[in-house]
Amino acid sequence: MEKWLEELQSLLPEGRVLTSLADRHSYSFDASFGEHLPDAVVQVKEKQEVADVLKLANRYKVPVHPRGSGTCLSGGPLPVHGGIVLDMSQFPAIIDLSPRDLTVKVTPSVLTGNINKAAEEHGLMYAPDPSSAHVATIGGNLAENSGGPRGLKYGVTKDHVLGLEVVTPEGEIIKTGGQTIKNVTGIDLTKLIVGSEGTLGVIVGATLKLMPKPPAVQTIMVAFDEVRKAGEAISQTLTSGILPAKMEFMDQACIVAVENFQPVGLPVDAAAVIIIELDGHPETLRVERGLVEEIMEEMGAKEIIIPKSDEEAAKLWHARKQVSPAIAKIKPTKVSEDATVPRSKIPDFMDRLELIKEKYGLEVVAFGHAGDGNLHPNILCDKRNVEEMKLVEKAVEDMFQAALDLGGTLSGEHGIGTMKAPFMELELGAVGLDMMKRIKDSWDPNGILNPGKVFPEKGQKLVLHHD
Amino acid sequence: MTSSLKERLNYDKTFDCVQCGYCLPACPTYETMEKETHSPRGRINLVKMVAEGKASVEDLKEPIEKCLGCMACTTVCPTNVQYGEIFEGAKRVIDEERPRGLVEDFLFQSFFPSSKWMNTLGNATWIYQKSGLQKVSQRFGLTRRAPLQIDKFEAALPTMPGPKKRRARADRYVRKRPAAAKIGFFKGCVMDSVFFETNQNTVELLLRSGAEVVFPEAQTCCGALHAHTGKVDQSVELAKRNIEAFEEEGFDYIVNNAGGCGARLVEYEHLFEEGTEWPERAERFVDRVRDISEVLVELDGLVFEKELERTVTYQPSCHLRNVQKVTSEPLDLIRRIPGVELRELERPEFCCGSAGVYNIVNYEDAMDILDVKMQDVCGTGASGVVTSNPGCHLQMKLGVEREGLAMDAVHLVDLLMEADPRPKW
Repeated sequence: MEKWLEELQSLLPEGRVLTSLADRHSYSFDASFGEHLPDAVVQVKEKQEVADVLKLANRYKVPVHPRGSGTCLSGGPLPVHGGIVLDMSQFPAIIDLSPRDLTVKVTPSVLTGNINKAAEEHGLMYAPDPSSAHVATIGGNLAENSGGPRGLKYGVTKDHVLGLEVVTPEGEIIKTGGQTIKNVTGIDLTKLIVGSEGTLGVIVGATLKLMPKPPAVQTIMVAFDEVRKAGEAISQTLTSGILPAKMEFMDQACIVAVENFQPVGLPVDAAAVIIIELDGHPETLRVERGLVEEIMEEMGAKEIIIPKSDEEAAKLWHARKQVSPAIAKIKPTKVSEDATVPRSKIPDFMDRLELIKEKYGLEVVAFGHAGDGNLHPNILCDKRNVEEMKLVEKAVEDMFQAALDLGGTLSGEHGIGTMKAPFMELELGAVGLDMMKRIKDSWDPNGILNPGKVFPEKGQKLVLHHD
Repeated sequence: MTSSLKERLNYDKTFDCVQCGYCLPACPTYETMEKETHSPRGRINLVKMVAEGKASVEDLKEPIEKCLGCMACTTVCPTNVQYGEIFEGAKRVIDEERPRGLVEDFLFQSFFPSSKWMNTLGNATWIYQKSGLQKVSQRFGLTRRAPLQIDKFEAALPTMPGPKKRRARADRYVRKRPAAAKIGFFKGCVMDSVFFETNQNTVELLLRSGAEVVFPEAQTCCGALHAHTGKVDQSVELAKRNIEAFEEEGFDYIVNNAGGCGARLVEYEHLFEEGTEWPERAERFVDRVRDISEVLVELDGLVFEKELERTVTYQPSCHLRNVQKVTSEPLDLIRRIPGVELRELERPEFCCGSAGVYNIVNYEDAMDILDVKMQDVCGTGASGVVTSNPGCHLQMKLGVEREGLAMDAVHLVDLLMEADPRPKW
């Protein structure tokens, strides 16, 4: 056995350093692409243990890759350089609410959905709502700066963090930010670490911001016979003084896929639908609902559907949730992107997607959080078909280029990880990327914390196929 | 070997898993064993790794053997992965590579499929209880020396009827008036030996509901335990015998009262390859399989006369809930009993840890799972746990005993009988 591994085992209680092949394979993947076998999996349960592991890793120059529930869609926790997977999911899960401050302190292993559940008991809410919130840990959400449908009105994870407790790559425990709404003391390290994808530190605690839970919601579904019209209707709504909590988009391929999968009565002849959720006081909702209906009619909506009951509304949202599994029935492999464009550019982005689809002859569908410009174009393919996967790699590259041409970004909420790293310079420029890299290098002089993520390695390309 | 390792491991089906992790919060072993290796996603990935030659069958063994097979993961899987098939394929491959003992061969080839042996087990248990041997063994700690923690379970066994009573049971109950339904009763191995009275009660409820009941003589073990332990070929043979046995008379329904058996029966369709007459025969069989609760609700022929002053909770059998998808009927029946207050579990979908022979083979692990379940049970403040499968029944009794509670476990059918059901018309 290697010396570092021996020392690691003596550092932690028995059974918390996993080295069997079965265990190592079980932490070699996440919900994205690629499989990388770590040398060991370490299950930490205290912040001091995290610090100890990182100190040891620095001494032996062993890479450490923090991991929550492994639901990441961009390869964040993949141990691309072997070494250690630091399993944070078994940390004791503690939710410590301060309803009078509208804040909550959490440990990294807490499931994000449980924070909102606890807050709701006090008439409060934790706004970020990634669709994996019932599985994903808040530690992972903070590291990846996750979003969700409500991001349209409430922003993403970073907009709800007041302070962090972090173990630095060199194994020191620090606190950033605090627990007050206003805090301008020094450089904002909190925001630097949130979304740094585990490259600048391991998050071991966080203080999050809560908001009053809106007393009521109103769902509206609108169908269009042209995709462009749907895109324009979204912009029109948002510039008319209304800010819905969610504005979700589904193209025809998605509608048909959902209806084939679990029929709920979506209009399969529509080119696109938008599902809107307004939230607020019931009186306000009544007025806003009328306004939205007016706007949609003006914009040439084909059909406006107002659910008659909470159950009917829930059915529509369920249909939206079913898009992901439903489109997986078209072909088994789903390459899901989250390139994001300025909201007014959604129709143009849709046109570009159509061109890419034709150019490569691939199945491309689009759905997602159109209200904030965060569309999820998905390419459906079969990873056992090498030739097809090579085309997919090219199509993904074209999608990124299209988003950037339109003034957008590579990722709205999934993160860069391994998959988008090769395209970073395209968006940031050589110097922009270098400034980021300098921060990384000064925080992590030995480069042991989550190497191979965010920053492209020399000559790195997007690879989705196996020869 | 007629097929490749990849085929036997259902390699192609592993690609349906997109590794989203939505199964993690539903998996009892992921919760108690605290690692991905013991999660559905982890297991599916390992099957894939073994098929690709990146890990060995030996590496797969523990994670697969520690799976309860409760199928809770399949109810939350967004891409509808056929976990059951992947799991059974893995069990089979592991079983094929394992040296086999004589006792095991006897158990699976002769013991469970034989009603003679099952009656003998029932009778032996009766002698053991009646003769005072049970008390003697318990007093001298003899049962504690038995292998596989058998002592923990024997204390939970119900009182057995005598051999006379067993022999006295008819195998055909007809009606003079037109019957509401003609029912072929699938009696089950353990149900008919250890829970003989529950079977009797089941027949009684059906008769009072206006149905006719027949025990087809040629029926045999459902094959669930065989399938769970990787003996797929034997399980297919048993399926054929049962399909044949229930074809002889034109039954409206094939009724059983054990969630685990029922789950196997409804899966018969998937056991046969196209090209023979078996898939079609299996389909006809499966279409008629019902849990007792479904038929009682459908026939709707009973009124309950006796008020039972009890607060109960319901522990659904995983195989009844997750495989047969029977969820509301047992609750519906419990609510019909006057005086009974039903307090539902917070996590009814969480397995109790019985899982076929899991609690015998993996005793410690099963107890960790039972502890989680009992916390939920205690939280309801109920004085009784209603069950719908013999394995769960014994496990809940064990749970009650371990917690030192003044609580009882009762099969749904027995509870219904207690409430003096009378024909509605």
